[in-house]
Amino acid sequence: MPPSKDLRLRMYRQMLRIRRFEEKVNQLFLEGRMPGTLHLYIGQEACAVGACEALRPGDWTTSTHRPHGHAIAKGVSLDAMMAELFGKTTGCAGGYGGSMHTGDPEVGALTAIAIVGGSVPVAAGMALGFKMRKTNQVVCCFLGDGAINEGAFHEGANMAAIWDLPVVFVCENNKYGASTPIEQVVRLTKLSDRAQGYGIPGVTVDGMDALAVHETVSRAVERARSGAGPTFVECETYRFGGHSRTDTRSYRSREEEEAWKRRDPIPRLAEQLCDMGYATGEDLQAIAEGVAEELEGALRFAAASPGPAPEDCLRHVFAEEQPPR
Amino acid sequence: MTIAEALREAIREEMRRDERVFCLGEDIGIPGGFGGAFTVTLGLSEEFGHERILDTPISEAGIAGTAVGAALSGLRPIADVQYGDFLFCAMDQLVNQAAKLRYMSGGKVSVPLVMRAPCGATTRAAQHGQSPESFFIHVPGLKVVCPATAYDAKGLLKTAIRDDNPVLFFEHKLLYGSKGMRAEKGALSPVGEVPVEEYTIPFGQAVIRREGTEVTIVAKLLMVYKALAAAETLAAEGISCEVIDPRTLVPFDTERVVESVRKTERLVIVDECPRTGGWAGEVAAEIQEQAFGHLDAPIRRVTAPDTPVPFAPAMERYYVPDEDDIARTVREVLEWR
Repeated sequence: MPPSKDLRLRMYRQMLRIRRFEEKVNQLFLEGRMPGTLHLYIGQEACAVGACEALRPGDWTTSTHRPHGHAIAKGVSLDAMMAELFGKTTGCAGGYGGSMHTGDPEVGALTAIAIVGGSVPVAAGMALGFKMRKTNQVVCCFLGDGAINEGAFHEGANMAAIWDLPVVFVCENNKYGASTPIEQVVRLTKLSDRAQGYGIPGVTVDGMDALAVHETVSRAVERARSGAGPTFVECETYRFGGHSRTDTRSYRSREEEEAWKRRDPIPRLAEQLCDMGYATGEDLQAIAEGVAEELEGALRFAAASPGPAPEDCLRHVFAEEQPPR
Repeated sequence: MTIAEALREAIREEMRRDERVFCLGEDIGIPGGFGGAFTVTLGLSEEFGHERILDTPISEAGIAGTAVGAALSGLRPIADVQYGDFLFCAMDQLVNQAAKLRYMSGGKVSVPLVMRAPCGATTRAAQHGQSPESFFIHVPGLKVVCPATAYDAKGLLKTAIRDDNPVLFFEHKLLYGSKGMRAEKGALSPVGEVPVEEYTIPFGQAVIRREGTEVTIVAKLLMVYKALAAAETLAAEGISCEVIDPRTLVPFDTERVVESVRKTERLVIVDECPRTGGWAGEVAAEIQEQAFGHLDAPIRRVTAPDTPVPFAPAMERYYVPDEDDIARTVREVLEWR
C-alpha cells in the first residue's frame, strides 16, 4: 500500500520540527546561551522520522550521542527536549542527561546511550525481554556508521541474530566518524553487507528519502514482529553540519556538502507533496508556522521551568533515595 | 550446604517465585555441560528450560548489555561470567550503561540485574585469578556483594535478585565447594547450615564473625577465613581480635566497623585485591575520617601486592594474604601503645 497523504504530511511536519528545533538550539549554543555540547542531526531527519513512523507506540527506540532527531521522532515533546538541553527539572531527563541523553522511556524512547555501539547489546536485550514476555513489541536500534566497528555491535548483532530477536538496526551512514571518512575504516562499500556475517538480512536505502526509509523499516519491523528476527538497514545520509559544535569541517569539501544538500529530505518531500496534489505552498507554510509557534512555546516553557537544586545531583543513583556518601 | 548449592537454591527459589527472573551466561544450561564454570546452575535448565537458563555465545559485553536491556524491558536477569576477570570485557556495559541509565534518565528507568562473577587466586594465574571487586566499588550506581558463607550466599543472592539496582555479586572460587570435575584444589569449601525456611539478608549489614577486644580485623570472602585462623593463633598468644565480615562492599556498614574500632582502638583490613586504589584503602580512609579520635595505632592493610596474580604455587602463596601475614600485622599494630 502506498504511503497515505496523512503519513506523508506527518513525516514532513516531524522532519521540520526536528530541523527547526536544532537550528534554534544551535543558535542558542553559538550565542553562549545554552550549556553543554551539541551533536546536530540536521540532514539526517528522514532516517529518524521514516523509521519511527514505522513503529507502534508500544515499540521502543535506542539512540546515540546524536539523539535529538530520534527522540523527537519517537514522541518526546519539544518542551521536554528544550528544557533538558537547558538543564531544567522539566526536561525529559530532569536535567540529569542533557543533549547526549535525551529520550523519554514514557514514550518508548530509551534515554540515549552516548557510547558508540553501546546501545546495540542493550537493544538486543530489550528485544530479548519482549520476546520472552511475548509482548509483541519491537526495538528500533539507531546507530551510526562508526558503531559497526565496535565490538559491542558485533556481540549484540550476533545475539540478536541467533535468538531471532525483534530488533531492527537502523544504521545511519552519514559518511564520517567525527572527521574520519567511513571508507578509511571499513572495507565494504555497502555497510549493509556486514549483515551477511550475522546471517541476517541487510539492506541499503536512501536515507535522504523519508518514504524510502519508512517503507524499508516497515518491512523490517514486520519481519521482527513476526518472530523472524532482526534486519540491518543502512540509511545513506549526511550530516549537513560538523560532528559537534566546534567542528569547522575542514576534512571534507564544500562541493561534497553542496551535493548532499541538494538532496535535503525536507524540500524533497515538500516537492513531492505539492506534485502529488497533497499540499499547496500555503499548506506547507501553515505547517511551518505551526512548528515555529510550537518552538517558541518550547523556549518559553524551558525559560519558565525551574533549574535543579545543586544538591539534586545526589539523587537517582540508586532506586532507594538514600543520599550517596 | 556448600556455597555453590546455596547459590543454586537461591536461583531456583527466586525463579519459581518470580517468572521475570532468568539466567544467562556461558555454559550454564548445556545438557551434559558444566552448569556454569563452577556448577552453580547445574540442573536448573531441567526445571526451567533453556529459555530461562539461556546459554550465550562467548560475548561478555553482549551478556552484560543484553542483561541491561532485558532488565529495562521488565525482566530480572541473573547474568554470569565464567571468571570475574572477564568482567573487564563487559566494563562499558556495566559502568556506562547498567550503572548510569537510572541517573541519566533522571530516575525514569531501573536496571535490576545481577552480575555473578567468580573471583580469587586459584593457580590459574593472572587472567583467571583476579579479585576485581575494588573496580566496582568506584562506580556510583552499582552495588557490590561478597558472601563468605553458604547462609549469606543464599540470602544475599535472593536480595540481589529482588533489588531494583544493578548488583555485582562476587563468589570466591575457593569457597564454592563445587564437586566432581569442578572441585578446586586447595579449596576451603565451607559447609554451613542453611535454613529450610525462606529468608533474605539485607544489604549493608556486616556481621561479627568473632568477638574480640584488642584489634578489629575487617575481611571479606576468603580472607574472612584467613582472618579467623589468624585470630585463633593470636588468641593462643593472649591477643583478642574482633573479626568483621562486611558481606556487602556497597552499601558498606561503616557504623559496625566504627563501633568495633571504638572498642578495640585498632584496625587491620585484609583484602585479596591489589593494594593501590583498592577496597582496603577505601575502608581505611573512611574509618580514619569517622573514628580518628578512637584510634591508638595507624590503620594497617594486609593486601595482595601491586602485581598481577602469579602462577607458580609458591609465588601465589606469597601473593595472597595469609594467616601469618595477618597475625604479624596485628602484632605490629599492638606495638603502638
